[in-house]
Amino acid sequence: MNISYGQAINQALTEEMRRNKKLICFGLGVNDSLKFFGTTKGLEKKFGSQRVFETPTSENAMTGIGIGMSLYKNPCVMMHQRLDFFLLAMDQLVNSAAKWHYMFGGQKSIPITIRLIVGKGWGQGPTHSQSLQSWFAHIPGLKVVMPSLPSDAYNLLKDSIRDPNPVIFIEHRWLHGSEEKKITKEKNKIGHSKLLSIGKDFTVVTYSLSTLEMLTIKKALNKQNIFFDHVDLRTIKPLDMKIIKRSLNKTQKLLVLDTISHPICSIGSEIISQVSQDKSIKLSKQPLLITLPDVPSPTGTFYTKDFYVSKKNILNKIELLLNRKINIHFNDNIKHDVPNLNFKGPF
Amino acid sequence: MNKEIYKKIYGLQKKIRYVEEKISSNYKDYLMRCPTHLSIGQESVASASGLALNNKDIAISYHRSHAHYLAKGGSAKKLFAELHGYEEGCSKGIGGSMHLIDLKNNFYGSTAIVSNSIPVGVGLAYSLKINKQKNLVCIYIGDAALEEGVFYESLNFCVIKKLPVVFVCENNFYSVYTHIKDRQPQGRKLFKLAEAIGAKSNKFNQDNPYKLYLKFKNIFHKVRKNPFPHFIEIETYRYLEHCGPNDDTHLGYRSEIELKNWKKKDPLIYSRDFLMKKNLFNKSKVDLIDKKIKNSVDIEFNSIKNLKKPNFKKIKELVYKK
Repeated sequence: MNISYGQAINQALTEEMRRNKKLICFGLGVNDSLKFFGTTKGLEKKFGSQRVFETPTSENAMTGIGIGMSLYKNPCVMMHQRLDFFLLAMDQLVNSAAKWHYMFGGQKSIPITIRLIVGKGWGQGPTHSQSLQSWFAHIPGLKVVMPSLPSDAYNLLKDSIRDPNPVIFIEHRWLHGSEEKKITKEKNKIGHSKLLSIGKDFTVVTYSLSTLEMLTIKKALNKQNIFFDHVDLRTIKPLDMKIIKRSLNKTQKLLVLDTISHPICSIGSEIISQVSQDKSIKLSKQPLLITLPDVPSPTGTFYTKDFYVSKKNILNKIELLLNRKINIHFNDNIKHDVPNLNFKGPF
Repeated sequence: MNKEIYKKIYGLQKKIRYVEEKISSNYKDYLMRCPTHLSIGQESVASASGLALNNKDIAISYHRSHAHYLAKGGSAKKLFAELHGYEEGCSKGIGGSMHLIDLKNNFYGSTAIVSNSIPVGVGLAYSLKINKQKNLVCIYIGDAALEEGVFYESLNFCVIKKLPVVFVCENNFYSVYTHIKDRQPQGRKLFKLAEAIGAKSNKFNQDNPYKLYLKFKNIFHKVRKNPFPHFIEIETYRYLEHCGPNDDTHLGYRSEIELKNWKKKDPLIYSRDFLMKKNLFNKSKVDLIDKKIKNSVDIEFNSIKNLKKPNFKKIKELVYKK
């Protein structure tokens, strides 16, 4: 039986709660009827309401409360069904969680994992779809993890929970339904990217949803005799530049798919900046970056068609990078604003 | 209450005042290069509450926290070293005046953004409770904390979960240079706000620190036994400027008369007179207590003068725990 990304998260949480009797899970929706998109199913029943609990709608205080628990004896997993709500907690995240270990001279760290879900499609609009990994990555003291595949979600969530530092764990909502045949277990992978495929024509760097976007057009590209190194970042901070640089020494061509981010100060622009500052890398073509426009997400379905990055957009950039025409016709029967045919909203 | 307790309460007030005066008088040498909020005038609250706490009780505080740190048992030497930016400081010189910590005495930290440490204290209390510890968390706040949303969010959680938390609110009327009358409606009672959220709430007076100590003792005992959030408001007054070592009445935001009136009922004078009036100690004994405290503070201040300059390279490693 296949395992989905959402189930992998649930399995990781369950195993970690069982392993560490001090671990606590909380957030609005953890024990509601939908169980946080199914990812917290069974937790309260197994581990009790002291360790798994619903919270008041108080994002800032609850973050601070999680910090306090983590400081004492109880590492925490805190969760938000949309990242955008977590913006109310920036004081606690940036001024407390990220700084505590450093500003008190290394005496106590904050082992808190914050799960944030990013929305897309079905009218998520300007304030339910922001993917702000660049913000978090900017802050010294935070780690930022964004797995794309179920196995990585499972492994990296476990790594995050066991990490003695605050970790921002960002899940794209459209990944929850994606599946693998089984979980491949790995350990200590925070800060390590992964090469998903190998090829000489160019290097593509993806993470989170853009990894899936690239995987869906991979076969068609291979059929056209186009082969590429595919780097899945998995972790945004620390950023693993080694794999990217090694790959670029071979391919000399770089495409970064930062398709859930706005362009300014994005992870993609950071990667291109680091590559361009490295004397040992000689690119044969200027590096290319695909992002959302520097415009907030609209809500209406007619607008979002042009707002989102499409397979066609990605293909056009690859054509530019390879300086050749690629004849692929995508016969897509799934609308642009749902992850699959089964998705009927609302979020 | 025995003689020793009287001596302790008086001595702690005196120590805090000396430490703060030491900082104030030496600040002009420009060696303590950080924003520093002195507690002169507010020692009564810190001394009475600090001594009423057990060592295992946790305290957490805000930007004006020297007094709370010292009252919980924090070392004056480490405080002086912290202000001077030395590695021997309580936060290795990285945090400065607004980020004090002393884990040995369960002073979990003071932070600089108004109300920032409130939910952290509440989280500590949640952990104490589920780990079956019979202790409490004392969260020091100022009057402006009640203008921040996170205060209400945190207190609400305390009430739902019946947490062993005591909020000690030092209402000194000013947020920087802005009087509470410009920030909150006339006639509002801070402790009533806390009561409305569901906490048990009281307003105490700072003038008699001995009486205040007993009140704290009583409430702390209750909270340890039957965990429930309590809020205590105490009107108090800082004699020096919001941030820095000087008098600031020339700025005009507060009057010299106002300052003078508060100084007239200085709890430190009251408690000193009280010791003699009640024949607990005679004048020469009280003078001796003063002298001893002053000497030890002087020694601690002088002891940091020859410390080695720390190196930035070393602290870069502290951003993440390995």
